[in-house]
Amino acid sequence: MLLEVKDMNVYYGVIHAIKNVSFEVNQGEIVALIGANGAGKTSIMHTISGLIHSRGGSIQFDGQEISKMAPHKIPGLGLIQVPEGRHVFTEMTVMENLEMGAYLRKDKENIQKDLERVFKRFSRLEERKNQLAGTLSGGEQQMLAMGRALMANPKLLLLDEPSMGLSPILVNEIFDIIKNINKDGVTVLLVEQNANKALSIADRAYVLETGNITISGPAKEVADNPKVREAYLG
Amino acid sequence: MDFLSFLITGLGLGSVYAIIALGYTMVYGIAKMLNFAHGDVIMIGAYVAFFAVGKFNMPSLVAVLFSVLVCTLLGVLIERLAYKPLRDASTLSVLITAIGVSYFLQNAAQILWGSDTKIFPTMFDFGNISLFNGQLQISLLTLITILVCIVIMVVLTLFINKTKTGKAMRACSEDKATAQLMGINVDTTISITFAIGSGLAAIASVLLCSTYPAVNPTLGSMPGIKAFTAAVFGGIGSIPGAFIGGLLLGVLETLAKAYISSQMSDAIVFLVLIIVLLIKPTGLLGKKISEKV
Repeated sequence: MLLEVKDMNVYYGVIHAIKNVSFEVNQGEIVALIGANGAGKTSIMHTISGLIHSRGGSIQFDGQEISKMAPHKIPGLGLIQVPEGRHVFTEMTVMENLEMGAYLRKDKENIQKDLERVFKRFSRLEERKNQLAGTLSGGEQQMLAMGRALMANPKLLLLDEPSMGLSPILVNEIFDIIKNINKDGVTVLLVEQNANKALSIADRAYVLETGNITISGPAKEVADNPKVREAYLG
Repeated sequence: MDFLSFLITGLGLGSVYAIIALGYTMVYGIAKMLNFAHGDVIMIGAYVAFFAVGKFNMPSLVAVLFSVLVCTLLGVLIERLAYKPLRDASTLSVLITAIGVSYFLQNAAQILWGSDTKIFPTMFDFGNISLFNGQLQISLLTLITILVCIVIMVVLTLFINKTKTGKAMRACSEDKATAQLMGINVDTTISITFAIGSGLAAIASVLLCSTYPAVNPTLGSMPGIKAFTAAVFGGIGSIPGAFIGGLLLGVLETLAKAYISSQMSDAIVFLVLIIVLLIKPTGLLGKKISEKV
């Protein structure tokens, strides 16, 4: 098991946003976490990355307890998040954003190789490498955010709403890229409102409703679940 | 000829403002707070240099380095003890704390060293150079002050744009949470920012006191406020803005003193600031603040 979340409980003041959530991600999988807006998907991502903390419970990554770790120590373990809304550094160039992705790495030769691979995967980033990230389109910013994460050489990639605000053609392109990244050996935990697309590429899925996991199983089964069909797949 | 002489004096004073303004603007850019104790770090720097030269007979350059070292540590200490615990507090709490730190430093200096004004020793005596058959006398110290300011500006700009630490600072300035997702330690980055700003304050204090050789516990207040004004004038958060704001403010103040009224000069400077902010609220080089949707 690469990631094991047990009894995650997140509070915002008196609001109990995440209630006893437990799930796991195995090496090599694509796992989808689907749910409506406000179900708590981003809170779970932020808790895994250490930006907020769970009350009790545990988060094991690659055999190590990370639930009490400072957020800047977690990327070094190979757990990298692409945040919702992309959050590229708009006032830095594309190249500088990618450098920030490799911030913790010292292996210059491999960084250079990874840079070439990122440019191969996202050729538009190479064309625009000296441009400020803020001048990119939404789709390009999503590619940059993903490229930046790949520069960290992740074992597990957390993708928070990668399709948000993108045109249907771009959504397909992004999901193809996610599949390819996974094929190259990166495990993926995918959070999506676009349940249809997420379930189409995932191995397993969890459905989150107001802070509780209500349905889980292989992605195909979840997609066939009548409740899911009614609520998320229309 | 007089005008040229006033202009150079103004650029010298403005250079000192610019160096101090860098501390305000960098801390604002990265920690998003106004460190009103920054002026008092200048005062401490002046006392350290005063004692280093006067009591311990250190060579001038060694005294400057010693003062830089003390102020750098002081800046980091202030941040760790006073501001870091307030990282998630409201901006008003942080602002009030900064004013508290400012009073603390002034009163500590008063208790330690007395409230009387001490004469700053002559650390650098370069004399004057004469131009145009002696019609124009320029203090070499003024030229060196301007030169030091330019060198600091260039080095700092290269540091921010080219080094990994500098880039991490820019990343933190824009988006702290995402910077942490890259593995950047935000606390360390903020400490580095305070260290740089406070080290520069020490350099400013020596330059300031070499031109106006009087040391007392409130020495930092006025240059602090002026430099803060310069930072806002140029666009707070912007490094070139601090440079341009500082120089403009220094020139404006000197010319106002020379041609209008030396009593009114500060009022005139602040009036210009008000006008600039009415026309361009983010300052000369300030970024437009756009609301995120």
